Amino acid sequence: MRELAEQALAAALEAGAGDAEAYAGETARREVRAHGGKVESLAAATQRGLGLRAWIEGRVGYAYGTDLSRAGVAEIAARGVEAARAADPDEFAAPPAGGEEPPALDGLSDPGLGEWPADRVAELALAVERAAVGHDDRVRGVEQAVYVDSADRVAVACSSGAGGEYETSSCYAYTQALATGDTGRETGLGFGIGRGPGGLDPAAIGREAAGRATAMIGSGKPASRACPVVLDATVAASFVGLLGNALGADAVQRGRSPLASLLGERVAADAFVLRDDGLDPDGLASAPIDAEGVPRRRTPLVEAGTLRTFLHDTYTARRAGAASTGNAGRSGYRAPPSVAASNLIVAPGELELDGLLGEAGDGVYVTDVAGLHAGVNPVTGVFSVGASGRAIRGGELAEPLREFTIASDLVSMLRSVRAAGATPRWVPFGASVSTPPLLIGEMTVAGS
Amino acid sequence: MSGELLDRSVAERVLTRALAHGGEFAEVFAESRGGLTMAIDESRIESVQSGAEQGAGVRVVSGGTTYFAHVDGLDPADLERAAGEAAAALRGDRAEPRPLRALESAPLPVERRPEQVPTPRKAELLRELDERGRGEGGEVFQLRASYAEGRRGVTVANSEGLFAGDDRTRVRIGVQAVARRGDRVETGAETLGAHRGYELLEEEPGEIAAGAARKALTLLDAVPAPAGSMPVVVGGGFGGVLFHEMTGHGLEADHVQKDASVYAGRLGDQVAQPLLTAYDDGRLAGEWGSDGIDDEGTPTRKTEVIAEGRLTSFLYDRLTAGRDGVASTGNGRRESFRHLPIPRMTNTYIAPGDARPKEMIAEVGRGFYAVSFGGGQVDPATGDFVFGVSEGYLIEDGRVTAPCRGATLIGNCLDALAAIDAVGDDFWMKTGICGKGGQRVPVGTGQGHVRIAAMTVGGTEV
Repeated sequence: MRELAEQALAAALEAGAGDAEAYAGETARREVRAHGGKVESLAAATQRGLGLRAWIEGRVGYAYGTDLSRAGVAEIAARGVEAARAADPDEFAAPPAGGEEPPALDGLSDPGLGEWPADRVAELALAVERAAVGHDDRVRGVEQAVYVDSADRVAVACSSGAGGEYETSSCYAYTQALATGDTGRETGLGFGIGRGPGGLDPAAIGREAAGRATAMIGSGKPASRACPVVLDATVAASFVGLLGNALGADAVQRGRSPLASLLGERVAADAFVLRDDGLDPDGLASAPIDAEGVPRRRTPLVEAGTLRTFLHDTYTARRAGAASTGNAGRSGYRAPPSVAASNLIVAPGELELDGLLGEAGDGVYVTDVAGLHAGVNPVTGVFSVGASGRAIRGGELAEPLREFTIASDLVSMLRSVRAAGATPRWVPFGASVSTPPLLIGEMTVAGS
Repeated sequence: MSGELLDRSVAERVLTRALAHGGEFAEVFAESRGGLTMAIDESRIESVQSGAEQGAGVRVVSGGTTYFAHVDGLDPADLERAAGEAAAALRGDRAEPRPLRALESAPLPVERRPEQVPTPRKAELLRELDERGRGEGGEVFQLRASYAEGRRGVTVANSEGLFAGDDRTRVRIGVQAVARRGDRVETGAETLGAHRGYELLEEEPGEIAAGAARKALTLLDAVPAPAGSMPVVVGGGFGGVLFHEMTGHGLEADHVQKDASVYAGRLGDQVAQPLLTAYDDGRLAGEWGSDGIDDEGTPTRKTEVIAEGRLTSFLYDRLTAGRDGVASTGNGRRESFRHLPIPRMTNTYIAPGDARPKEMIAEVGRGFYAVSFGGGQVDPATGDFVFGVSEGYLIEDGRVTAPCRGATLIGNCLDALAAIDAVGDDFWMKTGICGKGGQRVPVGTGQGHVRIAAMTVGGTEV
């Protein structure tokens, strides 16, 4: 991959770029979908592609393609240069300075992945389904049990000398259990993630799905009111992922973040402590370098309730007169780098779930949210999203609840975090997040 | 990209190889896609991106299991290798594909090829959008406008002799404006897109930018949205995302056949009042969700899904249609050659009714007017749905009054569908991007004004 990136870099400079950066990526991916005790589909393929960023006197252009022959690479380079010529100059646009040695990181790849041929991972997906339906008579099936793994190789080469290469692997499995009760169908999601299939527990994934689905049987709507809310780890992670976007310096500099004017200010209660960690081997976004070849690192974001820094890539750092925090991200070779969190980690607190519920007293325990892409305004942080979960009464879980919304805004929510739970979980929805459940002092619940 | 991507003899060899170890069905889907996107932000042209990819996906279906492999590039040897990989897990006897018919290709018409319009002209368009949006008022302090063009050539061949092609061109612009007054910040967004060429943008694209800016400015005066159950009037166009979420997804046959849809077993039932008729139509001229054929080579068509309140059809791809013993409705779609086709909506809409929008609102005492949505989500199995309202107003004494921010609509499909008690005589379509099973495809949504007798509005004002 390194040679391909170097070759593309040379082609771009030859085509007229002042500076250039090439990103070469290869992904070997497998996917199994199981249903009704049978494998529904089995897919396996390897794809390779190249993304090229060209700078010409402050103008930046981007091109990508999958034709990696010599002529194909030259054509991608030419398109990148042509794209740059169409852009307006930007005084802060420049490649990252090279010369910083990336850290050595172990444990990003599972060497045992090759010992899992297709029929063995198919059996894992089937085992997830069996665990979901075997747990409880009220579970009458799953919509699908899915297993996916991928092995990635990435190389970045830049005319400034920045760059590097690495390999990672990851896998996940999930299922959506279908339960039937007096009030109709209920669904529940169970999932697990790891570096390789050996790190997944199919029985636990199936049980979680079944447990979530059956817990919803007989659910009703809560009364509309403002009350304490406990977010389970999966729901907390969804909100932390949104917070990660708001912490990106790009959104801040363009006036599109609710945190834009709050650097150094109090943005959260003391109980909420957050860092970005691009080096934690358990975090699936970890790597020695970010998407533009700058070393990854650990960055405290919220400590003692105070917003310490925004997340930077090279462009936003130059514009702010700061240093890159190694937070250039990209979704593969088709997209140019842009600011993104790596792994967001919320520090655990002291209380287990029963302690959080006890502190809440009377309120709502939210186990699922829906419609985040539409119900959250990323610029203002104002949100209202669909939710389901359980009532909290006298500090204990009571009847199941559905078809209600929870509403607040991101900063008000952070300022009203009363406690973080003691047991964190890695959740891969949208962003890579590790968080415990969170007790929020007050949110608006809208139901009946 | 014009002409077929796949030589007939190559396609036949690939299909023969795919069935070398048995299987009831094999297919090769070849694709060549390219596009350009660019944006203006802070009044500066940036994010100029050009992409080009070619590849093919091969699937073999045997005993209810689908085996799938894909490959980058369209080199015949690579395609045969992908066919061999897809067939690798099979152990049966060779099956023979039928000879391919002559290639059928009838792409939707495109007048002005976007790739032939000089890039500086597109930059000028973005500058015009920037000026129009900012010209709406001094409180507009940020504006981002984006332009995207894409072309997908596809050729599909299968073991039943089908050999079909399509050439699809789409153009879309989007504007997001941010307005500020003191500490208050609000946003407004608008899009315009079509399965057409650059001619789409030669009419009056600037109105999109002005509209986005006006929305943001209006919201500066917004009050917090109410919370609770009340009558809701939904606007036309992207208001149709309501039907897309609360009915369309539940009609996709894969959900239905797994009994993971609230509409399973309801075919022929009266699920809405007789004033409601709805369609999925993949052939609507120029519309964003239209194609000449679906991604399995089936010609797209107009499917009546609700006739005067009665549920009349589900939406099928080949596999699900085969299971129900019916013909595909031309809804087998995939994001790219790297994905398997699944049943998806194309352009889904509620047909115009005979109610006057003004009267629909006047008949409501206290309620909510949701002009447009940011998007929505549904769990087809439970029927629970949620929509984020991007532009909404209070209805008080039958009149539209204060704009509201932070509203969400929430409910259950069957209840909400049955509660639609008026459909307006106005009608228009809007563009959307729909995600399902990790695949994103362009879809159209449409309707006139629609009123739901009672629905939960999830705001902050209890």
